[in-house]
Amino acid sequence: MKSLKLALAVAISATAMTSFAHARDQIQIAGSSTVLPYAKIVAENFGETFPNFKTPVVESGGSSAGLKEFCRGVGAEFIDIANASRAIREKEIASCAEAGVTDIQEIRIGYDGIVFATDISGPDFALEPIDLYKGLAAKVVVDGELVDNPYKTWNEVNADFPEWEIAAYIPGEKHGTREVFEEKVLLVGCEEAGGLKARMDAGMDEDTSEKDCYAVRKDGAAVDIDGDYTETLSRIDANKTGMGVFGLAFYENNTDKLKVATMSDVVPTTESIAKGEYPVSRPLFFYVKKAHLGVIPGLQEYVEFFTSDDMTGPDSPLAEYGLVAAPEEEREMVREGFTSGKTM
Amino acid sequence: MADTSLTDNNVAAPRHRDIGLKKRYAAERRFQFYGKLAIAFGLFFLALLLWTVVSKGYTAFQQTSINLDVTFDESVIDPKNERNENPMKLLTANYPKLAEAALYEKLGIDAEDKAGTKAADALISKGARAQLRDMLISNPELMNQTVNVWVLAAGEVDSAIKGQFDLSVDESRRKIKDNQLEMIEKLQQDGSLEGRFNTGLFTNGGSSRPETAGVGVAIIGSAYMMLIVLLTSLPIGVAASIYLEEFAPKNRLTDIIEVNINNLAAVPSIVYGLLGLAVFINFAGLPRSASLVGGLVLSLMTLPTIIIATRAALKAVPPSIRAAALGIGASKNQTVFHHVLPLAAPGILTGTIIGLAQALGETAPLLLIGMVAFVVDAPATPLDPATALPVQIFMWANEAERAFVERTSGAIIILLAFLAVMNITAIFLRRRFERRW
Repeated sequence: MKSLKLALAVAISATAMTSFAHARDQIQIAGSSTVLPYAKIVAENFGETFPNFKTPVVESGGSSAGLKEFCRGVGAEFIDIANASRAIREKEIASCAEAGVTDIQEIRIGYDGIVFATDISGPDFALEPIDLYKGLAAKVVVDGELVDNPYKTWNEVNADFPEWEIAAYIPGEKHGTREVFEEKVLLVGCEEAGGLKARMDAGMDEDTSEKDCYAVRKDGAAVDIDGDYTETLSRIDANKTGMGVFGLAFYENNTDKLKVATMSDVVPTTESIAKGEYPVSRPLFFYVKKAHLGVIPGLQEYVEFFTSDDMTGPDSPLAEYGLVAAPEEEREMVREGFTSGKTM
Repeated sequence: MADTSLTDNNVAAPRHRDIGLKKRYAAERRFQFYGKLAIAFGLFFLALLLWTVVSKGYTAFQQTSINLDVTFDESVIDPKNERNENPMKLLTANYPKLAEAALYEKLGIDAEDKAGTKAADALISKGARAQLRDMLISNPELMNQTVNVWVLAAGEVDSAIKGQFDLSVDESRRKIKDNQLEMIEKLQQDGSLEGRFNTGLFTNGGSSRPETAGVGVAIIGSAYMMLIVLLTSLPIGVAASIYLEEFAPKNRLTDIIEVNINNLAAVPSIVYGLLGLAVFINFAGLPRSASLVGGLVLSLMTLPTIIIATRAALKAVPPSIRAAALGIGASKNQTVFHHVLPLAAPGILTGTIIGLAQALGETAPLLLIGMVAFVVDAPATPLDPATALPVQIFMWANEAERAFVERTSGAIIILLAFLAVMNITAIFLRRRFERRW
C-alpha cells in the first residue's frame, strides 16, 4: 500500500515537473516596496479595465531582490517586470546579460518625495540640509576641526529649533530611500558645513570624503528603521519629540497625525516636487523584459496602461495616492521610448 | 562522618533532629509562587495581545455601505447599443457614474455643482464599478431598471465613522472634509448609510482600496497549502518514523539520522524557503507564487515535527503489546500495522495538527518563493498564484491608509481563530482517544 502510494506520488510530481514549463497567462512583477502601492493600484485597475487579462501578481521584497529575480533568465518561469526605487546598476545589467536577459526596457513612472515630519502637536520645523547634517552626522566641523557630533538637542544645532533631544528615525541601510537621504541631504549639508573640505584637507580623496559624509551618528540620536514607514510612525507616536523620514505618499495619508517640515523653505507637495523646487526626491522605475512582450498575454497592454495619463498623469489615481507625476514632455518621452522598443 | 559521630559525646543524649523541615516547606512555597508568577506573566501578555488585537480589529467585521436606488441607464452604459456586437462594452462601461448619479439624487446635489459632486463622488468606493458590473452581467434584464442596492462607502468614510481619523484637526489636514461629513450625517439620518457585516473581508482578494480588500485569496492559499502539507508530510513522516522506530537496526547510522532529524526541526524556516526556491522553482520549474510550492516548502518544515511526534507516540506503546502480538504468531509487519500504529494514532494526530498549526503561521519561507505578493484573482488550482493568511497580515501592516490598521488586526483575529480551532481539535482528539497504561 505504502509503496504504491509512494510510487503514485513520485509519478504525479514527475509529470507535474515536466508539464509546468507551459506558457503563463498572468503577468508576474516583483521588487521595490516603495513602488508596490503604485503597482498595486495599476494592477487592480488593469484587471478591471481589461477583463480578458488576469490581474498581475505583484510581489514585494525590495528593489535589489526584485532585480535579482528579474535577471535570472528569460522564459515563462521568470518574472516579467522588476519594480525599483532606484535606477538599475551596471553590475545588475551585467548579471542580467549573463543569464541571457539582454533587452531590458526602462520605464520611469514618476517621482517620489521624501519628507521629514514630526508629531502634529509639535512646532513648525524649517529645515536646511545643513541642520540635518549637523544634527545627525557622525562627525561635524566645530571651529574648523572635525569632531564627534557634540549636539544633544535641536536648538544647539539651530537656535530656531525647539529644545528637543535629537531623535531621528531614518530609513535603514537596506532601503533605497537611505541612498536619497545620503545624497540629497547629508552630502549637501556636509558640503555647506565645510565637512567635505575639512575631510579633503585631512588628506582623504574626494570619493572617500563623500562616503565619510554619509556616516550617521551611532550614539542613539539617529535610529535606523529597517521596517516600513508604519514603524517610523509608531516610533513618533511613542516619542512626540522624534523626527521621522517618510515618503510623501505615506505622509499624505497621515496628515492628521504628522506635521511636515519644510526643506530649504519649500513645503513638500506633489507640485513643488514636480517643479523641482523641493530637493529631496527621486525617480521611480520599472524594468520590462522585451523578450516577454507578446509572449506573456497582457504585458504590452499593462506597460501601455501604466504609462498612460489615466494612470500616471497629474489627475491619475497614482498622483492621488502621492506619486509625483513627471512633466508632460518626460511622460511623452517614456511612452515613445517604450513603443519604439528602446532598450538599455 | 560515621566514625566521628560514634566517638561523639552527645550521641546518646536526646537531641533535636534538625532536618530543615521549615526550610524545605518554604522552598516549596517559594517554588509554587514562582510558578504561579510565571503563569500570571504569560497570561498577562496573552491578555495584552488579545486586547490590542481585538480592540483594534473587531470593527473590521463591519463595513460602511450606502443604500442607493441605482438606475442601470442604457444611455450611460451602452449609448450606441453595440453590446451585442462588442461584449467588452458591458465590461468596461462607466458604472461608477450610475452610483454617483443615484447619490446626487439622494443628497439633492445639482449635477452641475462641481465641488459638491466631487465631494459626493469620493464617498462611494471605487469597488462599486465591479459590483454594479457583475450585477448587470449576471442579470442583463436589469438594463434601464432601477434597483435598490447597498454599495460600499469609500475607505475614508468608513474610517471617519469608526473614529480612526482625528476629526478635530484642521480640515486641510484631513482625508475627509467638512462638507463630506455633513453628507454622511444626512445619509446616516435617513438610514441609507450604515455599517453592515463585512462579507467582503472573507471573500475578496487583495486590493489597494481598503474597503474592498479581503483575505479570501489568502484563506484559499492557506487551505491549499495545509492540504498539501497533510498529504505529503503525514505519510512520509509516519513511514519514516515507523521504519526508524520499529524496523531499523540500532547502530551508528540510525543515531546520525536521529540527530539530523532533531536538528532539522530547529533549522530557521527561511532556510527551507531558500531550499524551495532552488529545488522546486529553479530546478523543477514549478510556477512562482503558487500554493503548491508553498505547500511543499512547508511540508519540508513540518516533516521533522511529525517524525519526532510519531516516534514519541510509537515509543509510548508498551512493549507488552508487541510481545503479545508476536507471541500469538503475528508477523512483525502485522504487529506494527494492526496493533502498534492504531494505538499510537492519537499521538500522531496531535503531533500532525500542531505541525500544521505551525506551518499555517509561517511567513519567512514564503517570501523567497514569491508568495508575499499582491494577488487579486482567487486561485482555482494550487498552481495559481496565491498568498497565505500570515502574509496578508504582514502586507496590510505595511499599508499607509488608516483603514488597513483595523483590517490587519481583523486578519490576525481570523488567523488566531483558525489556530485555536486546530489546537482545540488536537487537545480534543488526545483526550478522546488517549490510552493510558
